[in-house]
Amino acid sequence: MNAVEQKLNRSIKIEEISGDSDKSQKGSALFLKILSFLSPLFLLLIWEVLAKLNAIDVRLFSSPSRIFAALLPLISSGELLYHTLISAGRILLGFIAGAVPGVILGLSMGLFPPVRALLMPLVAVTFPIPKLAIMPLILIIFGLGETSKIFTIAIGVFYLVLINTMAGVLNIDPIYMDVARSFGANRIQFYTTVALPGALPMIFAGLKLGMGTALLLIVAAELSAARAGVGWMIWRAYDMFDIEKMFCALIVLAFLGYIFSYFLDFIEKVVIPWKNS
Amino acid sequence: MNTNTEAIRAENLTKIFKTRRSEVVALENVNLSVKDGEFLCLLGPSGCGKSTLLRILAGLEKQTYGKVYLKAKNTEKPLTAVVFQGDSIFPWMKVIDNVEYGLRIRGVPARERREIALKYLKLMGLEKFADLYPPQLSGGMKQRINVARAFASDPEILLMDEPFGALDEQNRLILQQELLRIWEGSGKTTVFITHSIDEALLLGDRIVVMTAQPGRIKAILDVGMERPRDILSIKSSPKFVKLYREIWEYLREEVLKARNFTGSGGK
Repeated sequence: MNAVEQKLNRSIKIEEISGDSDKSQKGSALFLKILSFLSPLFLLLIWEVLAKLNAIDVRLFSSPSRIFAALLPLISSGELLYHTLISAGRILLGFIAGAVPGVILGLSMGLFPPVRALLMPLVAVTFPIPKLAIMPLILIIFGLGETSKIFTIAIGVFYLVLINTMAGVLNIDPIYMDVARSFGANRIQFYTTVALPGALPMIFAGLKLGMGTALLLIVAAELSAARAGVGWMIWRAYDMFDIEKMFCALIVLAFLGYIFSYFLDFIEKVVIPWKNS
Repeated sequence: MNTNTEAIRAENLTKIFKTRRSEVVALENVNLSVKDGEFLCLLGPSGCGKSTLLRILAGLEKQTYGKVYLKAKNTEKPLTAVVFQGDSIFPWMKVIDNVEYGLRIRGVPARERREIALKYLKLMGLEKFADLYPPQLSGGMKQRINVARAFASDPEILLMDEPFGALDEQNRLILQQELLRIWEGSGKTTVFITHSIDEALLLGDRIVVMTAQPGRIKAILDVGMERPRDILSIKSSPKFVKLYREIWEYLREEVLKARNFTGSGGK
C-alpha cells in the first residue's frame, strides 16, 4: 500500500508542479487509470479480510478465495463453459429476434404517420407490462422448450429497440428529409440514405438497453423449465445452497454483459464512424 | 417575353399557411419569369416568403393558388437541385458520398458518379477532404460541399436558399468568388435567395425585391454588369453604389413595415 501511496502522491505532485499541461494531463490520466484499477481489487480485499475475521457469515456471503476455489473445477470440467454457451446462444437468438423487427417497425413508425397512428396505441398499452408478468403466458403458448426462452428475451429487446428507433427517426433534422426529397429519393432510398443512418445512434442506444434487459430476462427465463444455462445454474445453486457456485454464475453473467457491451460498442464504431470522428 | 428562353414561370402564386387560429399569407400573387441561364436574386426582409417561394419551385411545398412552370430541356437531368440554408450535409456520409448523393439517387453508375463528384470537389478545393466525415469540417467547408452537391447532380435549375448566410464575412467572400467561377462556367439557371444587397449585386443578373409579409414582388432591377465578374472591382464601381442605394430605398420601406409585424414567417 505504501508504494501505491507514494506513486499516487508522485502523480499528484507532477500535476501540481509541472507547467507543461501535456505532461500533467498524462499524469492525471495515469492517476485515474490507477484509481479505477484499484477500486475493485480493494473491494475484494475488504471482502476477504472480513471473511477471514469472521465479521461476515461465509455460509451466506462466501469469500473471494472460496469462490475462486469453486470456480477452477467448474472451468476445467467444462461445466461452466457449457452453461455459458447455452445462455449466450439464447440471448443472441432472442436479441436478434427482437431487434430486427424492432428496427424495421420503428423505422416505419418514425417515417409514416399513419403507421404510427395505427401502432402507437398498441405499443403504449403493451410496453409497460413487465415482461416477467407474461412469462407464464409465454410458457403456456410456446411450451417448455427453447422457443419460450428466446421469445421472452426477444419481446424485452423488441420494445426498447422499437421505441428508440422510432424516436431516432423522429429526431432526424427535417432538413435532411428535404434534401432527399429535393433530389427525388424514392421510398427505399429514403430508408437507406436518411432514415436508417440518421436513426442509427438512437438504434444503438436501444440495442444497449435491450442487452441489459436480455441479461435480466435470461435468468428469469431459465428459472422455469430449463435444464441448462447460467440462470439455471443460479437457481440450481439456490436449491442446493451452493453459494460459491451461485457467485461463479454471477461472475459469468457480469462477464457476458461486459463482452456483449464491448461487442456492441465495437459494432457501433464500425457502423457509425462519423459519431466519434 | 419569348417563352422559348424562359426556364421558370410563376403565375399568380399564392401560399397561405393555415394554423388552427389564424391564416398567414406567405406569398401573394407572385408573378415571376426567369430566363434560361439567368442568375436571379430574390431579396427581401426576413419572413417575406422568399424561402417559401423557393420551396415551391423545388417541389417541397405546394402553392395554395397559382401555377408554376419549370422547363426541362433534358429529361435525363434532374429538374432542380437545392442548396439549403442550414447545415444540410449528411453527417453519416463521407464528403465524397455527400457530393455524389444526387447522382446516386438518379442511379448513375458508381464509377461515373465518383468521377463527377471528384471534379466538383476539386473545383471547390476540397479533394483532400473527400474521405472525411462532415462533423470534422468547418461551416464554410460544409457549405462548399453543399454547393458541390447541387452542381454535381447537374440540374436544369439551381435553387439556393441563403447558402452563405451563416458564414463569416471572409468565408462568404471566398465562397461567393468560387460560386461565381463555377456558375459562370456552367451557365445554369439559378434562383438565389439572399438578404444581403451586396451579395445580390455581386452575383445576380436581375434582382427581385420582395415586400414584407405578405410576400409580393416590389421591384425588379437589372444589374447589367458584365461577366466574368470580379468581386472587388464590382464593389468599387459607381454602378454598384447607385444600384445599392436604389435597392436600399425599396428595402428600407419594407424592413420598417416588417417591424410592425410581430411574427416572422421564415427562418
